[in-house]
Amino acid sequence: MSILSSQPPPVDTATLPEVKAKPGGQGSSLPVPVLFVGRGIRTLWSNRKARVGLILIGLFVLMAAFAPLLAPHSPTSTDFTPYQGPSSTNWFGTTGNGEDVLSQLVYGARVSLLVGLTAGVGATLVAVTLGLISGYRPGFLDEGISFVTNLALVIPGLPLMIILAAYIPSRSIWTIVLVVAFTSWATGARVIRSQATTLRTRDFVASAVFSGERPLRVVFREILPNMTSLVAASFFAASTAAVMAEASLEFLGLGNPTTVSWGTILHNAQQQNALLTGQWLLVFAPGLAIALLALSFTLVNFGVDALSNPRLREK
Amino acid sequence: MPGEASTVPPLVVDHATKAYPGRRRDTVVAVDDVSFTIAPGAAVSLVGASGSGKSTIAKMITGLEKPTSGMVTFGDLSVNALHGGGLRDYHHRVQMVFQDPYGALNPLHTVEYTLTRPCVNFLGMSARDAKQRADELLETVGLTPADQFAPKLPHQLSGGQRQRVVIARALACGPGLIVADEPVSMLDVSLRAGVLKLLANLRVDHGLSLLYITHDLLSARVVTDEILVLHGGRIVERGVTKDVLQHPKDAYTVELLDAVANPYADAPAAAPTAGPVATSTAGH
Amino acid sequence: MSLLSAREVNVAYLPSRGQRIWSVRDVDLDLDEGEFVGLVGESGCGKSTLGYALTRMLRPPARLESGRISFDGTDIATLTGEELRQQRRNGFALVLQSGMNALNPVRNVGHHFADILKAHAREGEQHSKEAMHERGAELLGKVELDAEVLDRYPHELSGGMRQRVAIALALALEPRLIVFDEPTTALDVVVQRAVMQTIKDLQREQKFTAVLISHDLGVVLEATQRVLVMYAGRIIEDQPSGDLLTGVHHPYTEALLGCYGDPRAETVELAGIPGSPPDLSLPLVGCAFEPRCPLGIEICREVVPPLAPLGRGRAACHVRAPSAAVVAVPEGATSAR
Repeated sequence: MSILSSQPPPVDTATLPEVKAKPGGQGSSLPVPVLFVGRGIRTLWSNRKARVGLILIGLFVLMAAFAPLLAPHSPTSTDFTPYQGPSSTNWFGTTGNGEDVLSQLVYGARVSLLVGLTAGVGATLVAVTLGLISGYRPGFLDEGISFVTNLALVIPGLPLMIILAAYIPSRSIWTIVLVVAFTSWATGARVIRSQATTLRTRDFVASAVFSGERPLRVVFREILPNMTSLVAASFFAASTAAVMAEASLEFLGLGNPTTVSWGTILHNAQQQNALLTGQWLLVFAPGLAIALLALSFTLVNFGVDALSNPRLREK
Repeated sequence: MPGEASTVPPLVVDHATKAYPGRRRDTVVAVDDVSFTIAPGAAVSLVGASGSGKSTIAKMITGLEKPTSGMVTFGDLSVNALHGGGLRDYHHRVQMVFQDPYGALNPLHTVEYTLTRPCVNFLGMSARDAKQRADELLETVGLTPADQFAPKLPHQLSGGQRQRVVIARALACGPGLIVADEPVSMLDVSLRAGVLKLLANLRVDHGLSLLYITHDLLSARVVTDEILVLHGGRIVERGVTKDVLQHPKDAYTVELLDAVANPYADAPAAAPTAGPVATSTAGH
Repeated sequence: MSLLSAREVNVAYLPSRGQRIWSVRDVDLDLDEGEFVGLVGESGCGKSTLGYALTRMLRPPARLESGRISFDGTDIATLTGEELRQQRRNGFALVLQSGMNALNPVRNVGHHFADILKAHAREGEQHSKEAMHERGAELLGKVELDAEVLDRYPHELSGGMRQRVAIALALALEPRLIVFDEPTTALDVVVQRAVMQTIKDLQREQKFTAVLISHDLGVVLEATQRVLVMYAGRIIEDQPSGDLLTGVHHPYTEALLGCYGDPRAETVELAGIPGSPPDLSLPLVGCAFEPRCPLGIEICREVVPPLAPLGRGRAACHVRAPSAAVVAVPEGATSAR
């Protein structure tokens, strides 16, 4: 019994080439960062889980961008009869103030996405900067930053956020963004520092030093590009956390009560005892939206893992 | 631009010692009171097993590590005292060729990028001049046609080709001394001669001094004139390469020579006249 | 009857992007009981892949695409899961290149032995700690290590000691075939000798069949009785080790031998082989070594040379070992160059 699934390629008269084929083929006419992102998205797309995640994110982005067109009514208008269940005018029913739930949901995507992504970017920027600085040069700076990172890791995130949000006088989305970014950078910083420490001992980093490159350039042009998948993973993880954190803060009433976001819908639902009045959609819909958005970031992260570890790539 | 023998000063290592605090409160002495000189234009090999301190010496000579005691001088320049900008200037004159062809090149940078950086940094060249010099360097190390290799990424090159790029990069700024840390030990045996011959020729053509670090005695014999045998951080034997290898005085040198697996020197396993080999080649 | 018999083994690597790479092509192989065979070649020749294929250790993206591998009469090429595991007990074992990679850093050596012995214990076999300890000490003794090593962790051992532990672990199940994949490459030059000597002595005493995979022709010729030389995925020469230094051989083997030399000789020359090995993701026409071969003739470019008798062994060379089985190039066929 033998396994005969395929034979080596048949003999043909092709000449033996001397040069190995290039992977992409085209000349580099586009700037490198664009090619990078392009290749990144293509690889992510080839991973099934990441593809689902990307599609979901795409849908939410569309929802947020075209909210005025998609939402049947204005989210803040209180024209409707309050405490109504689903009806032909209000597919998801109305809140205790007479607002249309579906419109709120659609517009709410804007805040969740904005806060989620912005806080994610902010946290990642801090994490990358601190992680790289402390990872590149052992010494006082490294010790100092590590200490602060460990401190930030140990302090419980949500309680800290609550305290900060409660004491900051201005109540706006940007407060939330700042607070969330401020409390989510530590894990990323730790991970990036480890990777930087590993990479800095590699010969190509020493080689760059021998080529006369200055430390800043070594860090940002030699080490960082080799960590893109790690940075991407940190970003998506931070964004996931940010989406959940933002929803939590709004739900607790620590956000601006006039903003329309999924968290405030939940907050209002709680205040108005939605579950008691039988309006489970008021809780279920925003809850599901938050969960799906967070899930989509996580799914994309599976694909990012595959970017850096070829064994996880699906064929 | 290439260094000339008359302008390359001697590199003197003077009673250099490097000690690290060990894990169990003792000190690990990686390099123990080592002294030697690399004369201008000379080719010296440093042989020893791993852990003998070879790499530490290489780092001390290139300024990446400072000796715990003793001095390293390049002409009248004290290498120990260099850091920052001074160290960068030093690397204009003293370069290193690394061991691992798979780790010495940034996987994301093209060959052209890797070769133009030292030209821009050390020689102040414009992008176009640097590119031209990069092409010249590729020709020098035998990677022709240059415009075919310049846009390649490391994973598209074979081990031998990568090592040639590493050598080209070291040459780019026109150094006077090259420290080659086991430059061919990770290459296939059949590819080593080509790369080593390149190194030897370049040394002669450009009047470079060369410190060749290796555990392979055969290549040490071919590439260098003087040899230093390192064991446990100390130099146990030194002299003209041919003399030391033919008439070793230290027991460790003898051990190293014996360990060279040379099919011609050692008698192979008993040649069977009958038995398993005969039956397996018949009738299959 | 031969202990291990392989026919038309083909192994391919399927990367996520790019072409399929054939790393082992059409290998036929027979190993007899008690033979010590060397598998020699340079990077990319497929020797490690072949070693892994024979011991059924290939992992994706590598795949055994076709072929029959028969161990002691049983076809193991198609076995999976539990059946394969049974074969490993008293069957075949693989010693990896780096002892450190094969050992779990958070378990001590004794645990490693216990793991293996427990996993493959037969009915009614002793499981007691003392019995495991004794067996462990016995095995360590065979590789000239002290019993106290059982309590040590891998990072507390030197490279040479770790490799000996790996070898002892391979012996634990009393295999009849052990494949050593570059067992000494990662070791210090001086330690290499000692470990190789241990392997040789073990093989002679225990009489298991051994395959030594190495890129170092010198090491292989010293330790083995028979040498197989691989190039571009094929076996291109198969000779008794003693014969390799004299007589005529495959041009690649000769060129490879020429790269070695005695540093003590009066005059020393460093030789290499010009060019580089072929790209295995592309179809290969004719003899893979032809572009670098000083002896190439027209048929070398067109037809893959089969293994044909040369001296007391075989070689795959149209010039040195022409085979009657090769059909003459038909009239009118284009010579591509």
